[in-house]
Amino acid sequence: MHAKRQACGLYSILNIFIRNFIPLKKIARMKIRKITEKFIEGILFSSSTVTTIAVLFIVFFLFKSGIGLFNQNPVDKAYAIAINANNPVNDLTSKKIKDIFNGDITNWKELGGKNQDIQLLTLDQLSSKFTEEELGANFEHIPQCVDKYVSQNENVIAYFDKKYFPSDFHGKMVELPNISITDFLLGKEWYPTTVPTAQFGVLPLILGTLWVTFCAILLALPIGLITAIYMAEIANERTRRMLKPVIELLAGIPSVVYGFFGLVVLVPFLQRLFLLPVGETALAGSLILAIMALPTIITISEDAIRTTPVALKEAGLALGASHWQSILRIILPYARSGIMAAFILGIGRAVGETMAVLMVTGNAAVIPHTLLEPVRTIPATIAAELGEAPFGGTHFQALFALGIILFIITFVFNSLVEIVKKKEVK
Amino acid sequence: MKKKLITLSLVVMMLPALLSAQKVVCKIKGSDTCLPLSQRFSEAFMKKAPGSSISVIGGGSGVGLSALISGTTDIAQSSRSIKMDEKMKLQDAGKVLKETTIAFDALAIIVNPANKVSQLTREQLEGIFTGKITNWKQVGGDDLQIIVYSRESSSGTFDFMKEHVMSNKNYAKTALMMPATGAVVQSVSQTKGAIGYVGLAYLEKGVKALKVSFNKGKTYTEPSIETAKSKTYPITRPLHYYYLGSIEGKIKPLINFILSAEGQAIVLKEGYVPLN
Repeated sequence: MHAKRQACGLYSILNIFIRNFIPLKKIARMKIRKITEKFIEGILFSSSTVTTIAVLFIVFFLFKSGIGLFNQNPVDKAYAIAINANNPVNDLTSKKIKDIFNGDITNWKELGGKNQDIQLLTLDQLSSKFTEEELGANFEHIPQCVDKYVSQNENVIAYFDKKYFPSDFHGKMVELPNISITDFLLGKEWYPTTVPTAQFGVLPLILGTLWVTFCAILLALPIGLITAIYMAEIANERTRRMLKPVIELLAGIPSVVYGFFGLVVLVPFLQRLFLLPVGETALAGSLILAIMALPTIITISEDAIRTTPVALKEAGLALGASHWQSILRIILPYARSGIMAAFILGIGRAVGETMAVLMVTGNAAVIPHTLLEPVRTIPATIAAELGEAPFGGTHFQALFALGIILFIITFVFNSLVEIVKKKEVK
Repeated sequence: MKKKLITLSLVVMMLPALLSAQKVVCKIKGSDTCLPLSQRFSEAFMKKAPGSSISVIGGGSGVGLSALISGTTDIAQSSRSIKMDEKMKLQDAGKVLKETTIAFDALAIIVNPANKVSQLTREQLEGIFTGKITNWKQVGGDDLQIIVYSRESSSGTFDFMKEHVMSNKNYAKTALMMPATGAVVQSVSQTKGAIGYVGLAYLEKGVKALKVSFNKGKTYTEPSIETAKSKTYPITRPLHYYYLGSIEGKIKPLINFILSAEGQAIVLKEGYVPLN
């Protein structure tokens, strides 16, 4: 329909051109007209197809890179963990291994084994347990040394590159299960670069994102709508002419500048106001996001409200409604779809905003209990860590899986808004 | 004969111009700690050899080394040594790795100037950064909650701190991860209970550097260029440039400049510790 309308405009110009300048027979003229029309329609069709294909391709790439995470082992492919053959412990999980190597679990009896202190063995400690001769000048005897040490000591847990384990190893290799979806979604610790096992629990990140976004929306929507109503209906012409460019200017400020403003001005202000130990909190993030989403919401809502037909407003006034009644009962319901569009665009900006949030929320991956605690959001995590994650590795795929979660959150929210819009039209 | 003489004399006349060209076009990417130093090097070198174009980008040592492996940068500046698996990735791709130490840097532990505490042992630092010690009164200060500021995991300073001060234990879950060293300095200067770590060159009036003891409290040393040079300050680290053997010839003039007396004078001026 739209394509036809555009084609018609071009068609009439071509018509005048053909009629005045090309002295051809009538049938030939009509044939040229038809071909030109088809050609223009083709260009419009192909441009919309290319756009759709590009969007679908990006979504497909996102899913393909992220889903691969659930076929990965938390231990790097090239490394292995081993314990003594007589060690009765059989149910080591990724989290327990992390606690062992972090020094939080120190005795095998805490894992259901014998009452012995756990001894860690890695490449660094090997040089203090064996002389250089035993290890070999080019480290060629390391596999034998590893084998010897693990067999002689029952309380050892060893972590080495796979090539340092001999083929006739006398110890027991620890096989960890692959990362599961529940571990990923409900895990509470995000330590993606820890050795030997990285922890990919994203619950604190999801909750942090939802808290910050939800509060930003709560702040931005009412203020945005009220400002739009003021500008469209109540303000006089001079005020409106002054306010509109100022608000549109706010939309053009780069997000890094907002982040810097937040870090230098907003964070100390919140720290003094609420007497907090630290000012980098979810509230600071929400405030900055709300300020960033406001210009979009205000401009689009205001345009939607202004395009209400004058006849509708006058009919309301004629029937005896006051100005406020006509705003609430007539104009707002009419401008509803425009206002909903403004909400979706503003919230889209708030959910995806990375740089400003990265600088003011403190990025601590803990589950927040109040707004006045540091949080870590998904976009900030992806922005901070994607640069150093080796391409195609486990960390890389975990970050794309986070991207999928973000995509799903935005998709669900947009669908909700569409449903509400359709319901109310009825 | 006359023609040969003319061409020979032309070449001889052009030789000085060819030699003084020496220009270098390259990209340096990586550590935020090395960033101010690399910027000064490239500015001074570009003045000496006009026509050179050296771009310097930060992001963290991990980002630089990852870019070196994927071939998107010429030099990776790093404040930590290259990890085993990064080295293996380069070996597997058949690339030869070259390493040059450009300067030394001391890692300063900073607190807010209003904080009473002025010295800590390594064990106390480990307890604070891993989250086991949570209040300043446990280490001789006021009754104030300790707020730990760290860098993101892509930072070489993050890794260096973890290896040398925290004996490879993980950072506390409640540690705040700031995206740049500048942000750490800004946050520590405006939060009373804050503690963080930055390179020596980033010390400024708004923050206070602590004295550190690595021998359980017998001697405490303050971070400065002198103590770092004489190795009495225990938390010093070399700053590296990593690059592939295939471009060594192309960037030789730059490396020579950095290792020369003029380059090392720039190191000293910026607040880092020169070699030798």
